[in-house]
Amino acid sequence: MSKVFIIVQANEEARPIVEALVQDNPNAVVQESPAMVRVEAEGSLTLNRSTVEALTGQPFDIQQLHINLISISGHIDEEDDYLTVAWNN
Amino acid sequence: MDMNVSKKKLGIKERYAHMTRGLGWEPTYQPAEAVFPYDKYEGIKIHDWDKWVDPFRLTMDAYWKYQGEKDRKLYAVIEAFAQNNGHLNITDARYLSAIKLFWQGVSPLENYVVQGFARAGRHFRGEASRIACQMQAVDELRHYQTQTHSISNYNKYYNGFHSQRHMWDRVWYLSVPKSFGEDALSAGPFEFLIAISFSFEYVLTNLLFVPFMSGAAYNGDMSTVTFGFSAQSDESRHMTLGIEAIKFLLEQDPANVPIVQGWIDKWFWRGSKVLALVGMMMDYMLPKRVMSWKEAWEIYAEENGGALFRDLARYGIRPPKGWADACEAKNHISHQIWLLFYEYGGATAFHTWSPTNEELDWLSAKYPDSFDKYYRPRLEFLRDKHARGGRVYQTTLPALCTTCQIPLCFTEPGDPTKISHRETVHEGEKYVFCSGHCQEIFSNEPEKFVQSWLPVNQIYQGNCFNPDVDPTAPDFDPLKAVLEYFHYNLGRDNGDFEGSEDQQNFAKWRGQAGHN
Repeated sequence: MSKVFIIVQANEEARPIVEALVQDNPNAVVQESPAMVRVEAEGSLTLNRSTVEALTGQPFDIQQLHINLISISGHIDEEDDYLTVAWNN
Repeated sequence: MDMNVSKKKLGIKERYAHMTRGLGWEPTYQPAEAVFPYDKYEGIKIHDWDKWVDPFRLTMDAYWKYQGEKDRKLYAVIEAFAQNNGHLNITDARYLSAIKLFWQGVSPLENYVVQGFARAGRHFRGEASRIACQMQAVDELRHYQTQTHSISNYNKYYNGFHSQRHMWDRVWYLSVPKSFGEDALSAGPFEFLIAISFSFEYVLTNLLFVPFMSGAAYNGDMSTVTFGFSAQSDESRHMTLGIEAIKFLLEQDPANVPIVQGWIDKWFWRGSKVLALVGMMMDYMLPKRVMSWKEAWEIYAEENGGALFRDLARYGIRPPKGWADACEAKNHISHQIWLLFYEYGGATAFHTWSPTNEELDWLSAKYPDSFDKYYRPRLEFLRDKHARGGRVYQTTLPALCTTCQIPLCFTEPGDPTKISHRETVHEGEKYVFCSGHCQEIFSNEPEKFVQSWLPVNQIYQGNCFNPDVDPTAPDFDPLKAVLEYFHYNLGRDNGDFEGSEDQQNFAKWRGQAGHN
């Protein structure tokens, strides 16, 4: 399985995104670098809207990810309730 | 009076469908072939443009909303940075050379990509692809503008940031990114898409904007890291479109596969050469380093690019031809390029220097297979020579590769002691190359590359002097005349960092930060 990743800025808006990824993807590994956080996993990563909303108590639009996103790898499947990145290998 | 509107919002896929489909029309005053004259000649066959889908399904309304929010955040940081003399919080004024090179050589490339996507958006027939190109053109314009606004603050205090537009069209090392951009801009719209969206944005830009920008943060430059990551949030969309674009082309017709493969071979190699400059910025120009160029290459090119090409194998796509050579070069290119710029440091509009012992030790640890054996002795030799009053400045001009326009400083695959040099005779004229891959790119399109504007060749032909100079005057100094033609402030923009005005001013201003 190839590795996918989602990298976001290290800030308060992106913190619940990282926490939601860790919560919902048991194999996710978090790497912190200056000003950025990289979450990687073998195969796939899913960001669920409901998890972010439960963490913050606020409505969350999956597309809000764009504001603090730095990089992403893999094929993207985006719906109103989730975003998944995955490789088909 | 309030309108009674339905509460139910459309889902993301429905919104995308409404905002990207059915917006075009069949022309009647002119045949379609006359309206879209450039989407056939490259040989790419498209049967159904509606198969083009942006996986993020970003629509124009959402685009403006999120881009506006990004810009507000960015400009708040830039203002705070300027108001609080943020430039004095960077680790060391040597760091500014990396930002000068970025400003001189990368920002204008953003401006080229604006033009490229505006043109591709005009010439593709599918509405969704045109909208994606339009967004990307606006993104790239935003990058050029935000970089201009962020970096103009440095221009108030330091040398080498002036005259960017003038230098771009003239300075020898800037012809490397310039010729790369012009090669892409003068290609057909599909080749442009594979060159920029796929080969550059998907496979290679992570190397520039992720570890290098994290390095900017590590060196205290909040202004640069903020525009860098703000730009990269757009790049992650572009990367996604890059992979979508390639799948779209490969799925439309099997005849597209060999054409696309040829472009991947060409543009991966071209991009990897341009990024040698970034390798030098990461390994030598950041006083504090997040990771080495080699480590960044392993994560973002080998691991991530490897996953990508395993994925594309099902279409019959293989990794680019230059892949193995580019991977071997990860041990060498940053050092080879730094040594080149150090020795030509009299002719650069940024400063170069000898690394400290601590920095040499870091490089030794990061490059166990190459640094101590091939590069450390040379760097120490040059440093000793400088200490004895003999700072090395090369004054003879190097041979340039006709394709990538980088001076011949890279070595043969498998032999880091031998400069790689290739020659082709085309219609009685000799052309020089840095590698077999650059030579092959030339051979595939000689009509294009015989037109290369090679700065060294132009200098020797006398085309790089100001109009009022007299080359026959007894005191004529050709090198000085060329640097004046570049609009360098001699002795301030160029030369060693040690003793430079930037070094002195930074030390003085930082000293004033703690007392009156």
